[in-house]
Amino acid sequence: MSIAGVAKTATPPATGAGGGEAADAAEGRRRGRTGYLLLLPGVLFMLAFFVAPVGALLLTSLYERVPGGPVGATQPAFRLANYTEAIAAYGPQFGRSFGYALIATVLALLIGYPLAYVIGVRARGKPLLQGLLLVLVIAPFFTSFILRTIAWKQILADESIVVAVLKGIQLLPDDARLTATPIAVVAGLTYNFLPFMTLPIYASLERLDLRLVEAGGDLYAGALQTFRHVTLPLSLPGVVSGTLLTFIPAAGDYVNSALLGNAGTSMIGNVIDSRFFRVVDYPTASALSVLLMLAILLLVGLYVRRAGTEDLL
Amino acid sequence: MTKLSLGRLVLPVYAAIAFLYLLTPIAYTFAFSFNDAGRTNLVWRGFTLDNWKNPCGAPAVCQSVVNSLQIGVLVTIVSTVLGTMLALALVRYRFRFRSAANLLLFLPLATPEVVLGAALLAQFLNLRVNPGFVTIVLAHVMFCISFVVVTVKARVAGLDPRLEEAAADLYASPRAAFWRVTFPLLLPGIAAAALLAFSLSFDDFIITNFNSGNTDTFPKFVYVAATRGIPAQANVVGSAMFFLALLIVVAAQLVAARRRKQLALQT
Amino acid sequence: MVVPSDVAGPEEGRDLELRGVTKRFGDFVAVDDLSLTIPSGSFFALLGPSGCGKTTTLRMVAGLEHPSSGKVLIGGDDVTATRAHQRPVNTVFQSYALFPHLDVTENVAFGLRRKGFGDATERAMQALDLVELRHLARRRPTQLSGGQQQRVALARAIVNKPAVLLLDEPLGALDLKLRRQMQVELKRIQHEVGLTFVHVTHDQEEAMTMADTVAVMNAGRIEQMGAPEALYDLPRTAFVANFLGRSNLLPGTVVESDGDVLGVDVAGGRVHVPVDRAVARDGKVLVGVRPEKVHLVAGDEEVPTGTNMVGPGTVRDVSFSGVSTEYLVDLPGLGTLSVFAQNLDAVVRAARGDQVRLAWLPRHTFGLAGDEDSHAGVETIDRDGTPDGAKTKGEKANRVTVVTG
Repeated sequence: MSIAGVAKTATPPATGAGGGEAADAAEGRRRGRTGYLLLLPGVLFMLAFFVAPVGALLLTSLYERVPGGPVGATQPAFRLANYTEAIAAYGPQFGRSFGYALIATVLALLIGYPLAYVIGVRARGKPLLQGLLLVLVIAPFFTSFILRTIAWKQILADESIVVAVLKGIQLLPDDARLTATPIAVVAGLTYNFLPFMTLPIYASLERLDLRLVEAGGDLYAGALQTFRHVTLPLSLPGVVSGTLLTFIPAAGDYVNSALLGNAGTSMIGNVIDSRFFRVVDYPTASALSVLLMLAILLLVGLYVRRAGTEDLL
Repeated sequence: MTKLSLGRLVLPVYAAIAFLYLLTPIAYTFAFSFNDAGRTNLVWRGFTLDNWKNPCGAPAVCQSVVNSLQIGVLVTIVSTVLGTMLALALVRYRFRFRSAANLLLFLPLATPEVVLGAALLAQFLNLRVNPGFVTIVLAHVMFCISFVVVTVKARVAGLDPRLEEAAADLYASPRAAFWRVTFPLLLPGIAAAALLAFSLSFDDFIITNFNSGNTDTFPKFVYVAATRGIPAQANVVGSAMFFLALLIVVAAQLVAARRRKQLALQT
Repeated sequence: MVVPSDVAGPEEGRDLELRGVTKRFGDFVAVDDLSLTIPSGSFFALLGPSGCGKTTTLRMVAGLEHPSSGKVLIGGDDVTATRAHQRPVNTVFQSYALFPHLDVTENVAFGLRRKGFGDATERAMQALDLVELRHLARRRPTQLSGGQQQRVALARAIVNKPAVLLLDEPLGALDLKLRRQMQVELKRIQHEVGLTFVHVTHDQEEAMTMADTVAVMNAGRIEQMGAPEALYDLPRTAFVANFLGRSNLLPGTVVESDGDVLGVDVAGGRVHVPVDRAVARDGKVLVGVRPEKVHLVAGDEEVPTGTNMVGPGTVRDVSFSGVSTEYLVDLPGLGTLSVFAQNLDAVVRAARGDQVRLAWLPRHTFGLAGDEDSHAGVETIDRDGTPDGAKTKGEKANRVTVVTG
């Protein structure tokens, strides 16, 4: 089992919803009870612990707080005003979440694509090197997410060497700081989700037929043109997967903001967390969660339709 | 004629810088695990091996690690079994609502952890269940199943169905064919999925935070301790995890490389 | 070479009978009411272009597909309802389907182990001796060449002494020289172990070389079945005439008949066809002759009476290919005919543009039904770039993406 091998194994495109009997037979699919038996436990679990909770979330988002009741008490209601109030009060946080996530995604793309290119194209034919480079890309995952983020906080702290050097060479004004700023939050997001961007692009580039790149050269395209017209479009599925895998968790993240930012950088995740645990306002918190989920599903839907990949799973 | 021009050097040099960037916090964490720092590990005070010799010196650290490990093992077993069954069903059998099932499994991957955590909490609150160890396990299994399905599905799809036909042709009943042919060939994928599930569970923070009540997992402990001061023992745990995982993965790479060499020599 | 006595004995193979077997995939009929009997111990070839249903038929015998209707009988027992792992049938797959996680010996012993043979390893070794691969017993399939894998697949099937051994285009992935070698090997092994072999292929040379009986299949039906020489000498449909070797087919009308010989009017000339070599005896017919039976007649040369002759026509192309030279001759009203002339000294030579006549003996002529498509079965490159031999009665066969032979 090699990382390269796991990343490489491809999922064949879906032949459509039912597929038709002929297509199913062609793919060697069997009929029979065993299929349903295999499916049942997993599906039941997902229904109980994903579908039902999301349903509970939807319901709670419409409930109202019991006036004068104990902390956290809610009573069933159909209060759509929860949503409008939530948007009005926390619009800026939504905007910030998507904004930071977008910047982080773009940065991750700019950093991750060349990295994936080096591993997937330049290091091709040297499986040991490829394997080791991939290990290095995933290595950050081997320590705790929280620990890495806190490490950055301390590396970029006011008293640290890094800041001193940057101030010394005048890249940073004397009275500026790096931690507790939006820059740190975005930097943290980019860092933490970089492997999510790099690996799918690597998987795409690894399968790139280099003869197509040669054909581009043969047909008078310079290196940059070949990249733009041949390599980039062919690696697009990987880019789409990578941006989705980066943007979605980044938009909902709040750890980076809590550890590396300040009160002014709070993202929607921070609000949801505080509304659940500190202010104990379940309806609003639920409404915000539902809004976040809908917004992401909408964005993902539009993006995927535009980019045109058939099968994400 | 040498192809070594400035243009070709740009990418590898850039990649080296990127790798340095990736590994900096890990190096920092490792370095500070040797800090003689007492309760707050913020400033370098002196080199000591004490932290490594006595990783359970700070009491809460060990308990949280034990919790995380126990949860991790349980979650791995349950999600790998359920996920593998799902993957087999989705790739190898026909259903009328196959695309609905695929969607059901894809949605958790597309949902931010905040929403998943909040949804589960809402559910547990409605059912008047107290969040704790059990709810953490259930929550982790939920999001790990999708990852397991994706990983194993890729492996199942790459498995030649002719092999199972050959097994049947050679007098293997469906059960014998599965255990003697399909399962051994799927094992690398299942192992990869299990490893993935374990790491996701061990490292999870957001969903855990929403659904853990008073139980501490390692990430939760570190987060909460961040305000007060993280004991150096936490760095020890983090670094140890890093090296252990690195060892496993590099060993797997070397084994694969050796097998490739054997193949090349013998043909 | 001495055959290890344990691998197979003289009465191992059994009869295989298909009765009215039909297989439908949705609207598409892959196998259409197929009936045939294959006697035990014979080497039978099922020949046809891709998509004709031969692999589907094979899979139904193996039990990997279930017929939509009809019966499969092995040694007189109806096995239609039994599952693949319960049938005394083994298959050599086109892609070999060797188990990558087992070594060669375990692969070969697989079937024996499932049946509970205690001496499985020993028997497997003997089967490996038969295919001369004992020295590779501990290797993994990925460490073998294509030819070696093919032989392991064969050993794996034979070691179980099945009533019927099925081979699904097993030589397709081998290069030409290796393929020729394996053809001889397979024939030898079949002869020695005495099993009933059913070999599916689209390569007509391969079928003719190896088999005792050949069945030519097209669009789910068997067009003609018999010994290779008989089929080649006397095709009964245009498809068989064109698919098996090559034929010149000339449209004509029967104008006289004297009981033994038909006189056919072909583009103004008279051609004679023996009555027992003609499918249709009156009206419109297709007169056929194989190119190697035709010889070129220079402008004014005399030919014996009774010889069939057409022309004059113009030589359009001359292709030298070592053993023979192919001439393409355009004949007015008849189209282009081809002539294979073996490169001996005594043969007439012609050049492009020459005017020649074509002559052949009546006993080499065959007659087909006049409404047949004279292009059926011709291997051409289709407009979408793939070879297409599956044309019938002037229509293209349905192109469906179903896995068939």
